[in-house]
Amino acid sequence: MPGGAAGTGWTLYPPLSVQMGMGMDMAIFAVHILGMSSIMGSINIITTILNLRAPGMTLMKMPLFCWTWLVTGFLLIASMPILAGAVTMLLTDRHFGTSFFSAAGGGDPVLFQHIFWFFGHPEVYIIALPAFGVISHVIPAFSRKHLFGYTSMVYAIAAIGLISFFVWAHHMYVTGIPLTGQLYFMYATMLIAVPTGVKVFNWATTMWRGSLSFETPMLFALGFLVLFTIGGLTGLVLAMTAVDIQVQDTYYVVAHFHYVMVAGALFSAYAGLYFWLPKWTGHMYNEGLGKLHFWLSMIFFNIAFFPQHFLGLAGMPRRIPDYSQQFADFNMISTVGAFGFGFAQLLVLVVVFQAMKGGAKASAKPWDGAHGLEWTVPSPAPYHTFEDPPAFDPTEAHA
Amino acid sequence: MNPDFGQNGAGIAGSLPSVSGNRRIVAGLLTVIVGSLLFVSAQPRLYKAFCEWTGLYDIDRAEKLAESSVPVRPVTLQFDANSHDNGLRFRPEAVSLVANTGEIVHVTYRVENTRDRVVIGQAVPSYGPQHAGGYVKKLDCFCFKQQTFAPREVREMPVVFVLDRRLPDDVTTVTLSYTFFEVPAGSVTSPATAAGSRT
Repeated sequence: MPGGAAGTGWTLYPPLSVQMGMGMDMAIFAVHILGMSSIMGSINIITTILNLRAPGMTLMKMPLFCWTWLVTGFLLIASMPILAGAVTMLLTDRHFGTSFFSAAGGGDPVLFQHIFWFFGHPEVYIIALPAFGVISHVIPAFSRKHLFGYTSMVYAIAAIGLISFFVWAHHMYVTGIPLTGQLYFMYATMLIAVPTGVKVFNWATTMWRGSLSFETPMLFALGFLVLFTIGGLTGLVLAMTAVDIQVQDTYYVVAHFHYVMVAGALFSAYAGLYFWLPKWTGHMYNEGLGKLHFWLSMIFFNIAFFPQHFLGLAGMPRRIPDYSQQFADFNMISTVGAFGFGFAQLLVLVVVFQAMKGGAKASAKPWDGAHGLEWTVPSPAPYHTFEDPPAFDPTEAHA
Repeated sequence: MNPDFGQNGAGIAGSLPSVSGNRRIVAGLLTVIVGSLLFVSAQPRLYKAFCEWTGLYDIDRAEKLAESSVPVRPVTLQFDANSHDNGLRFRPEAVSLVANTGEIVHVTYRVENTRDRVVIGQAVPSYGPQHAGGYVKKLDCFCFKQQTFAPREVREMPVVFVLDRRLPDDVTTVTLSYTFFEVPAGSVTSPATAAGSRT
């Protein structure tokens, strides 16, 4: 590609994204295609959820995973067109003589940041909400209790989805927004901690006096709970404008979003993978390897990312190719952790491959505490399940 | 959202999924998408209106306030031109003139390509005294980008600038000097691709 690949990072900030070579045009094209597929997928999911539920399955009896996907679907159809509009304006700035984001032509590059983050912040919750849904299934199953506070969970999901559209400028505290704006975005951002706190409280309370067992899905769910709470706490620190101006664009931010995203998205994806793997393949996975995978991930993840809090507080900027001498020791620790974390992920390939090839047969419901319609069909699920709408037992709800 | 939320699930018992229900939901969702697209396309205008209404982004204001307190004074401007062994004959139309600070100055440089081949050149500015450079605000300049000269081409090229009123009092003469360097063929062709290849 002449001029190299798109080198703007995922934020695509102008002026760089306006000046770059044609790699940027390819990236814009890719974003458009991605946006269309996300929107069409979301229409499908929302319509299915609203119109095709089993008899007796009212919205407030739905599995929480479906609820998180319903809200995620709405977030996607509302926010993806915003990104599509932003990259289209970039494209016309690049090739058709407009200057939406060019100060020389009367535009403003900061406008792009506003539009981008109006999409970008809901996007964070698009990634996180389905993860919350998975956790809300795994923790009750391995606590042998129903989920605590189902209704408050649903309202918390909806509240997080809604508020995510009104906090975008907390990514932009140093762009010169006025004090009133900084205060508003600070308080609005802190407000998100309330529904998130409700969820963490409900998960913890679900385990309270439960009959807990610690198979791999549960381990990943607990790992999620610990790491996500740490990430949420540093998020609150960053929400404070006065602090954020000091640590903006440092490794503190990098540490924060890895605690939220790796824990929030990756660990819960693994929890879901191990939870439903017997259903998908019809075989039990290798529990020993699964547990090894969890412990290696948990230990190396913390070795990789915990020191980055210290690096950021000491002033090491992100998105630079090199760093000052005094940061070398912590960076070495972080590098060791990163390699260990990376190699540990190879285990999941082994586990999945083994389960696909064979192993102990999984019953229709391999987890005795699990609830939900998917456990009423054989493992692996046959083609064309539920050709007749299944009978839904309302006492099975809220699990 | 959809008013008949709760009864949808019960409504389909034993029957085929309702096609009209699907269509209604899809139509509603498409409305959201179109609304989102309209919302983002209105953003440049809304943003500008909002900033003007609140006065948030009047980045010139501090500049205007600072400038208005400094009186206008005449300054001698000298123009200089150099070529760097590339066959470009390069000189200013006027060697010297007197202009007031805060006034928009238009000057023209003349370039002649004395070679029988295409020459790509980039002009690099310098200022005398050096610290006066910060007070020369260029609105347009041929030095902003590379210039391609056809064989034997003669071209007149503009520089438009304003001298900041805050120019230190001890500076009574400002010299603008440009040197044309040849951009070797086959190297970087434009600033755009240069930015791309660095990343």
